[in-house]
Formats: sequence, structure tokens, C-alpha cells
Amino acid sequence: MGMTITEKILAAHADRQEVRPGELLNCKVDVVLGNDITAPVAIEEFEKLNMDQVFDPNRVVIVPDHFAPNKDIKSAEQTKRIRDFSRKHGIVNYFEIGRMGIEHCLLPQEGLVLPGDLVIGADSHTCTYGALGAFSTGVGSTDMAAAMATGEAWFKVPETIKFVFYGELPPWVGGKDLILRVIGDIGVDGARYMAMEFTGPVIDTLSIDNRFTMANMAIEAGGKNGIIAPDRITLDYVQGRNKRPYKVYASDPDAVYSQIREYDVTNMEPIVALPHLPENTKKVSEVAGTSIDQVVIGSCTNGRIEDLAIAAGIIKGKKVHPEIRLIVFPGTQEIYLEALRKGYIEAMIEAGAAVSTPTCGPCLGGHMGILAKGERALATTNRNFKGRMGDPASEVYLSSPAVAAASAITGKITPPWEVA
Amino acid sequence: MNFVGKVYKFGSDIDTDAIIPARYLNTSDPQELARHCMEDADPNFPSVVQQGDIIVADKNFGCGSSREHAPIAIKAAGVSLVIARSFARIFYRNSVNIGLPILECPDCIDEIQTGDRLEVNLIKGEIKNNSTGKTYQAQPFPDFMQGIMDKGGLIEYVREKVK
Repeated sequence: MGMTITEKILAAHADRQEVRPGELLNCKVDVVLGNDITAPVAIEEFEKLNMDQVFDPNRVVIVPDHFAPNKDIKSAEQTKRIRDFSRKHGIVNYFEIGRMGIEHCLLPQEGLVLPGDLVIGADSHTCTYGALGAFSTGVGSTDMAAAMATGEAWFKVPETIKFVFYGELPPWVGGKDLILRVIGDIGVDGARYMAMEFTGPVIDTLSIDNRFTMANMAIEAGGKNGIIAPDRITLDYVQGRNKRPYKVYASDPDAVYSQIREYDVTNMEPIVALPHLPENTKKVSEVAGTSIDQVVIGSCTNGRIEDLAIAAGIIKGKKVHPEIRLIVFPGTQEIYLEALRKGYIEAMIEAGAAVSTPTCGPCLGGHMGILAKGERALATTNRNFKGRMGDPASEVYLSSPAVAAASAITGKITPPWEVA
Repeated sequence: MNFVGKVYKFGSDIDTDAIIPARYLNTSDPQELARHCMEDADPNFPSVVQQGDIIVADKNFGCGSSREHAPIAIKAAGVSLVIARSFARIFYRNSVNIGLPILECPDCIDEIQTGDRLEVNLIKGEIKNNSTGKTYQAQPFPDFMQGIMDKGGLIEYVREKVK
């Protein structure tokens, strides 16, 4: 009986030939990640163990991205805590303001997470790295602390749902729309505790940025991890970034899946998720005309260069609607600089956008674009829970960068083809 | 471990932003987090919850972010136990790791209401609703996780490994 890519990576990290869903494993981890919100709690737990060092200072990554650059004094205390800890323990991959990025854009860019890796991060969107063919999952701060001490973590081998995408991807439809369609289909707990494996001819030609977007939102269906088997597109991205060897895994033809779900993408439209759950999905044409106050383009979901290229392509030469605040967050400094050199940033600023240094900022209602009572945002982020971006009586709609950019121009939710 | 407590009932898909909104995550002090526990799901909860009370919720409790501040806030608010139809994965794991007792019990949720008094044996997974007289059997923890809970959480469990 064959194994899935998820089962193979877990087995390899537990020194096992074979594993099956439901088994509990103790696994070696390749990378442990934390941020300015989760790492302070992890550090407090780690320090209870009175250890002189972390298991491997090269494999602990700490990124101040959530409330950084510090939004207030308390946040400054939290980033100081992780900065001091990183210095004390020689954490090579602590990324300071000016060099940092949104963690899930930054780690792949820096070649810190690689195909075949087992990664845990004290951030739920750690599942993003599955786009590279890694097993990568979000955990809490105490798990981070334990892994910093031991280099290990326990896992229950998940069942896998296989998602097969076929047909021809229409213009303006991308990874965000595919994953929102899946979440709309199976619900916010449709893949609870499970691995989500994305396959099929559409995935085979999908760019790495679109793949990151899909794996990123596996958690919004309750998934333990999202994963795409590495191929030429993956290896082209990894090439030159990796500083250590990696291993490519693929599911066996006779691997066992708990479900196989197929999606014909040919007649798809861009998808929008309505408040207050990512599963409340509609086609963009069904919600066109919905008024909005703010548009956010960026985040670990859609803050990569291709996302900015699409947005700038729509916005260039036009003006942001007078009643709209458009806020753009490039995912990393490298992405920011590339977007600057390619003219995307100039196009967006000329149109009336505010462009920010990388931060999770408004996505989680932290800072840099909080909503007042009764306000409504359209965002390329990943969650639209009640109060997610500000006041509990504000609303967040989720979409692709194309829909967000088009809507920033018109002031209401708008299909991209009506503007571009 | 036995618990007796009064129920506060919540619906489906209570996310971690509802349990502890991100606007309060510039601290990890449990008592400060407790002051805002469940605030966006029920603004009155932090002021009315009492030591030993029990949260009962429908499916997918704790979905969303990995913030351990969520179970920390619940525990520090004095809640003795959370019972849900189902839990989101990271919340479940975090609760075990910090020693917040939780039970998955799909059968009992519809028949328990806010204000009911429950008597719960955590080890056996037995839930008795003293307000209706009905009893239910929840899935007890697997041995491995019970082992972590018995130590008082993952850090104490790990302590022996790293000695």
C-alpha cells in the first residue's frame, strides 16, 4: 500500500519506513518559527527548562512582523524580548526591521524552508510552505518552546484529502479563487485535522506565488497542512536560495486518500468570501456593487510579487476612488524593492495608494488600517472573522488582488474585467 | 479529575479572534488576557464568568490563529473545562500543552444550555447534566495526551527528556 507525500515526510522525520493515518509520531523538525506575538510566550516556557542553548540556533527562525514596526510600548516590549533572546542564543535567522518581511513570504524567499522539510511555526499560516512540498503546520507557543529545546515535536499522522483541479483557468482567476472555492465547498472545518493535497493539470502549471496562496489558506478549511508535490516550478524557485540539501517527495500512485475531490476550473469566476467566515463564498459578479471603505492588498496570502504585478497592472494610470483608502503591503523588503524597480509601487502611489513596509498589520486588526464601527474592507488577506480588522461591528470581504485592485478604483466590489 | 460548574454556551466556529481579539495581544499576561476573554463573542462574559464555570460550544471551537493566548485567557478567566462538538486542531493541541481541560462530546451539545450545572469526570469522559439529569459519554484523552496533561503540560513533559 502506497503513501501520500505527507505520510512520507512524516515517516522520514520519525525514522520510519511506513506510517499510517492515526499513528502518533515523535518527529525531528527542520525549522521552528515564531513571531513577535507567539515567540514571547514560547520564550517564557523555554526558559522554565533552564537550558543554555536552543537545539540548533540555525534552525530557529524569529520574525517580528505582527505588531512590528512596534505599534505601541507593549509591542515594543514584546519585540525587545524576542530580539534579546535571539542575541543571547545566537539565533542567526532573527530578522530586524528593515530586513524582515511577513514571515511566510520571508522564509521561502530566504531559502530557510525547503522541499521535504518538516516545519512547525507558532503561527497558523505556517502551512504556507506546503507549496514547496514540505510538511509544514501551525502550532502554539508551547510546542515552539518544546521544539526549541528538543528539535522534536509530536504529530498524529493525518488523513489526506486530495483536491484535483482540471480544465482551463480563465483570465483573472488564480490561486486565491481556487482555495476560496475549496473552502466554500468543504467549509471552515471540512479538512479539520487533515492534510490537503493539491494536484491536477491546473496545479502543474500554476506559478509558485499562486501555490503559496493556496497552501497558506489550508488552515481556513481546518487543515493540518496543505501540500503540493515539488516539480520544475518549485525547484526553479528553490534553486539558488537553498543553503542546505533538500529532498523531493511525491505521493505513490496507490496512496490512500480519505476523499478525492475534483474541480473543473474552466467556467470559474473570481471568488469573494463574505463576512464572517472564509466559507461564505460567492462569485464576484454575485456581490458586485457592494460598497466598501478600505481595500487592503498584501499579507502572507497575497503579498508576493505576482500579486503586486496584477494589482499594479489594473491600477496603473487610474485613480483610487475618492472615498476608498487603498493600503498595500509588500510581503518582504525584496518583494518591495522588486515592485519598486518594476514600477508597480510608483503606479500604485500615483493612483493614491498608501504603501507600507512589510507587516501583518491590518490583517489581524493590529495596526496600519484598523476599521471603525460599521466600516467594510475588501482584503486579499485570509480571514474575515468578526472584528478581525478592527471594531467587532466592522466587516471584511476576502478576494484576490485582481478583484481588490479593481474595487479600489470603483469604490465598490467589482469584477476585474470591468476595469482592466 | 472531577469538575462541577455552571455552563456558558456558545455556537459554531468560535474563532480565536473571538476568544481573545488581536487588539489585546500586545501582552501575554494571563490576567490581562482573561479580562477580555470571549469578549467579541459575548461582551459580558469577562464580567460574569466565575471560577469553575464551564464553556460548552458547538463545532470547530478555537478555529483560526495559533495564538496560545486563547486557551491561556480561558484558563485564567477561571473556566475549568471546555466541552465542544469538535475542536480546531491547533486550539486542541494548545489546550493539552498548557493543561486546559477539554472534552469533545458531539452527543451532549444540543441538550446543554447556558446556566445548566454539569458534573464532569475528565479521566472517564463522563458528563452529567444536573439540570436535566441526563448523562453523556465523551471521548476521553488518548493515553499519550493524558500523559502530557498529568504532567501539567508539555513543558513539564519535555523537562525529563532534556535533563
